[in-house]
Amino acid sequence: MKKMLAILLASAALTAPAAAQDDPVKVGMLQGFTGPTESLVRPMALGGEMAIQEVSDSGIFLGGRTVVSIRGDSTCIDAAAATAAADRLVTAEGVHGIVGATCSGASTAVLNNVARPNGMVMISPSATSPALSTIEDDGYFFRTAPSDARQGEIIGQILERRGIASAALTYTNNDYGKGLADAIQAAFEAKGGSITAVAAHEDGKADYSAEVGTLAAAGGEVLIVAGYLDQGGKGMIQAALDTGAFDTFILPDGMVGEALTDNFGGDINGSIGTNPGTDSPGAAMMAKLSEGKGFKGDDPYVPEAYDASAILLLAMQAANSTDPSVYKDKVFDVANAPGEQIFPGELKKALQILADGGEIDYVGGTALELIGPGESAGSFRETVIDGGQFTTVMYH
Amino acid sequence: MEILNALALFANFVFVPATAYGAQLALGALGVTLIFGILRFANFSHGEMMSFGAMASILATWGMQEAGVSIAPFPTALLALPIGVAAAIGMALATDRMVFRFYRKQRSNPIVMAIVSVGVMFVLAGIIRLIIGPDDQSFADGERFIINARDSRAALGLDEGIAIKQTQVITLVVALAVMSALFWFLQKTRSGKAMRAYSDDEDLALLSGISPERVVAICWIIAAALAAIAGTLYGLDKTYKPFIFMQILLPIFAATILGGIGQPVGAILGAFIVAYSEVMVTYAFRKVLAYLGPEGWAPEGLVQLLSTDYKFAVSFIILVAVLLIRPTGIIRGKVI
Repeated sequence: MKKMLAILLASAALTAPAAAQDDPVKVGMLQGFTGPTESLVRPMALGGEMAIQEVSDSGIFLGGRTVVSIRGDSTCIDAAAATAAADRLVTAEGVHGIVGATCSGASTAVLNNVARPNGMVMISPSATSPALSTIEDDGYFFRTAPSDARQGEIIGQILERRGIASAALTYTNNDYGKGLADAIQAAFEAKGGSITAVAAHEDGKADYSAEVGTLAAAGGEVLIVAGYLDQGGKGMIQAALDTGAFDTFILPDGMVGEALTDNFGGDINGSIGTNPGTDSPGAAMMAKLSEGKGFKGDDPYVPEAYDASAILLLAMQAANSTDPSVYKDKVFDVANAPGEQIFPGELKKALQILADGGEIDYVGGTALELIGPGESAGSFRETVIDGGQFTTVMYH
Repeated sequence: MEILNALALFANFVFVPATAYGAQLALGALGVTLIFGILRFANFSHGEMMSFGAMASILATWGMQEAGVSIAPFPTALLALPIGVAAAIGMALATDRMVFRFYRKQRSNPIVMAIVSVGVMFVLAGIIRLIIGPDDQSFADGERFIINARDSRAALGLDEGIAIKQTQVITLVVALAVMSALFWFLQKTRSGKAMRAYSDDEDLALLSGISPERVVAICWIIAAALAAIAGTLYGLDKTYKPFIFMQILLPIFAATILGGIGQPVGAILGAFIVAYSEVMVTYAFRKVLAYLGPEGWAPEGLVQLLSTDYKFAVSFIILVAVLLIRPTGIIRGKVI
């Protein structure tokens, strides 16, 4: 066993520097193929690999090199497994960049233990924790998904614009709920609003009248429910309506869905929802591109995954190098203006422009705009419930 | 006027929900106390029996809704309740025949019986999840409110409304009817008297020609019927989710012990005390006090004794306090 390991290590060490100019460029598709996100990840990986295939087929990537995707399982909750998988991709497979990881915890572990020490670029399509905005990354970490803090800001703006001065806040008692609730509270209070009370709710209870009673005692014009629409969030709304405590709700992304309006119909008319969404034609183009490929291009985080692969490879083309320490500085250039706008399916055009020394502004499936520490600014759709239906008001 | 507002607020958030919750707990606690009185052990499978009965009611309700049977504006589940009761009775008699009878014949001590009932609880929980799954199920139909908050505000001319759900009133009415029937049965009928005699002194009852197997069977039938009714009403008023019946076991046992274990009246009393404590200790009284205090004044904080996260801790505190101070419970003396 020991001997075999030594041989494996030796061969890995031999192949890595031997990567010649005509060898395929390797992209690590490090996603949570097993665990809580397994249903989400299958189309995401396929979406990311669709962009890789597109670049590979173009024939003009870095002077005609092909690109292959190498999968690794980051799981979602097992940081050790994610680190091991990333380590394998970087040291044994010799990838030139990583698309992943799926979850915030796994991304943090991979960034700290593998990507930063090895100087490897990683672009996560779906890690949304605000903590990743401030993490030390030496410029190697990007994400095509917006931070939850961004949604908090959007909600703060919406409340301010609508003249709502006070609100009660409840969140589902987990990392997502707590992070989002903190972001909303900070943003709203920075704009002069007041959060009258904050109460966590546990999912999976039968009765939420006590939680609603507390929030009602504190008062507030609306109730912000940072929860899940098929879990405690629904129960909170039900209890609030039953007791007449609140009749208007602010609903972040976990609460926006038809199941909610099917359940409450017109009882929650006037409530406001926000969820990631864009009016750019990118998502529809993604749906069209994926036709006949066994997945849906506009499923959650699939456009983000496509965009992550795309900007990774476009940055390599712009830098004319597969060295992460070189092309990491080009990621912002290809993702943002100025330059020609690039939509899904137009990667060949983008590669040609870059090869000719031109500039591109990658729009992609998510209207991608990188800000601050290298994360998506995020497009959010503001909806209002009218006649028992979510109707779009505007995009932020 | 401000006092009326305070009262309306208190009624809406404390009195009405706690009363309905108390009635649901009372039905559950009666079953536990009855089993203890006759069979002499703490039956931990009672919560899952509630769940099983509720599940059968839900399946019957869905069948009826499919067939277009309805008693609108009342919920269809009321019509399906007898089927749920029958299913729970069948299951209770089956578990007694297959499990409990063996240990009774061995004259196992109460601790062994209690542990056996924990095993039955897990098996039942598994069966329920196999049949209906672990998810939330909604089966309430019919009119939701007798009076909703908005209408009552207008009718009373107050700032605060009192919302009363139909399911809350149904819970209370059914619970009262079932309790009266139970007391009439225990006090007036031959079988009821036989049960009380058996509970008083098993050997003496045997000598008087009372058939123990018959008494035990009647006891299971009553307990299962109570469980099915309690479970269905709880699910109708709140929501049906298999997991919560494990949680509700704690307040039910707290109520049973508080009232004096084996005491039906005590079980009802205990149930309402536990329900009111749970709701009142976790309620934020800020707004009520603001109405009672001078104009324009409101307390700084929420005036809440315990955060709602600690709701279940209230049952624990009551349990520990009773066991320390008055281990016999509120009502002492002969059981049943």
